[in-house]
Amino acid sequence: MFTTEDVKKIAKLSRLYISEAETEQYREQLGSILEYVDQLQAIDTTGVAELQHAVAVENVFRADEPSCNPEERRRAIEMFSAKKGDLLEVQAVFSKDV
Amino acid sequence: MKTIRALSEELKNGTLTSEELVRACLKKIEDENESLNAFIWVSPTAIDEAKAIDVRREAGEDLGVLAGIPIAVKDNILVQGWEITAGSQILENHVAAYSATVIKRLKNAGAILIGRTNMDEFAMGSSTETSHYGPTKNPHDKTKVPGGSSGGSAVAVAAGFVPCALGSDTGGSVRQPASLCGVVGLKPTYGRVSRYGLIPMASSLDQIGPFTLTVDDAALVMEIMEGKDENDATSIELSSTTAPELIEPDVKGLRIGLPKEYFVEGMDEEIRARIMEAVKKFETAGAIVKEVSLPHAKYALAAYYIVAPSEITSNLGRFDGLRYGYHSQGNDLLDTYERTRGEGFGREVKRRIMLGSYTLSAGYYDAYYKKALQVRTLIKQDFDEVLKEVDVILTPTSLSVGWDLGAKFDDPLTMYLSDIYTITANLAAIPAISIPCGTAHGLPVGLQLMGKAFDEHMLYRAGMWFEKNT
Repeated sequence: MFTTEDVKKIAKLSRLYISEAETEQYREQLGSILEYVDQLQAIDTTGVAELQHAVAVENVFRADEPSCNPEERRRAIEMFSAKKGDLLEVQAVFSKDV
Repeated sequence: MKTIRALSEELKNGTLTSEELVRACLKKIEDENESLNAFIWVSPTAIDEAKAIDVRREAGEDLGVLAGIPIAVKDNILVQGWEITAGSQILENHVAAYSATVIKRLKNAGAILIGRTNMDEFAMGSSTETSHYGPTKNPHDKTKVPGGSSGGSAVAVAAGFVPCALGSDTGGSVRQPASLCGVVGLKPTYGRVSRYGLIPMASSLDQIGPFTLTVDDAALVMEIMEGKDENDATSIELSSTTAPELIEPDVKGLRIGLPKEYFVEGMDEEIRARIMEAVKKFETAGAIVKEVSLPHAKYALAAYYIVAPSEITSNLGRFDGLRYGYHSQGNDLLDTYERTRGEGFGREVKRRIMLGSYTLSAGYYDAYYKKALQVRTLIKQDFDEVLKEVDVILTPTSLSVGWDLGAKFDDPLTMYLSDIYTITANLAAIPAISIPCGTAHGLPVGLQLMGKAFDEHMLYRAGMWFEKNT
């Protein structure tokens, strides 16, 4: 039910590099899992609400104040793959040719 | 290893110090962990922390029941300053910048955090074989899997390394390994325990829960961990907590439901026999047992394998190789993302990310994710109806006892099916516990009790009675 092209497209959407050998394996495995979950289509769910949480909670608020501990901030910055000062440095998001 | 209750008593009356206890744990881990691979890493500061508790106790400070008690932590719960990998290469050498709320609460209570336990990569698996750090073995038979994904934590308690370990349960990841390793494992009601600082897998299903030797111990640990946390908007203000001391000592009049959908033709006869012997014991002690029906339970696994991968895809989007974790430089930004994630994630994780990308993609959302959430409602309605008639629902925890290492590794659907008895509680957002219930084929069997949302009390009552009378 799944083609190699489908798997490559999904891998692209998932931002995942996968090899040719993996592509074939995933094609079979994803196909059989989707075939299994398709049994839900037989259930009539007209008018049934979607369940998100055990208890109906809505509008959970907390004070809108900066709460970042400077030490935690420093430790988070330390883990950047590349940085300039306190800023995360990344490769260009837009290229000039576009 | 003794129970938390017993160790706490000894620490209190001075026949044991926390330093002695922690040293004994570390010695056992040093001697036996290599063959089991339960711990990925052991804390070098545990002894000093234990000494500090001993000093406070000696100074006359009134310390709580967990003070000086060693606890192991699944490697997806953040402890500030500790490395954390979630069993994945993509987080190799990553150091937690802050601590999870449960960790802060346990530390405030004086618990000694011993180390990080092995797990399936990002908690995706039922056998603790997908870890980047190698498989964990079942202490009852080292050729068998311990279950998963919290296999390292289950083994840490079952092998007598520690009296308590933390796990996380998204589809059975605490209860199923507890069952396969012969210890107690609790999945609290969704919202009872803060998820802040737990590396998320499927956010609408994840809950942190304890592994212990007894139900009483599980209740003790829960008293410390549970309750509203402003850093987790889905955590709930509890109207009351359950003190284990307040639990009724009998099961007279307790109404137990046996769902016919869980006791089917072809199930393992030895497991069925153990469970029915337990049912008989409850009945003899005055419990009222009746057959009940959960007609939509058969769709739970299918709904789960839409809901979980969809949420996984979204949650694991944060691993971009830039802000933290593994980084593989590509020709451009997109190439860097694809390489980092392609190399950093293991097979099962990639499988579920792709599944989720598909089920959430344009044109498929209604057919998959929305449909699955509607089926969740139907499953929950079944449970709500049945739990009006009975106080607890009793089932086996697992279809089978521990299986051979490697046996289901390359067959995802068969692996997924091993969680068929546990997944419903996550989807219905209700509490469930696995309790040791004898052996089948020479390996531990687990009995599962499920109850109303936030009614852990009833699970403790039935569970504590059962373990006292077996």
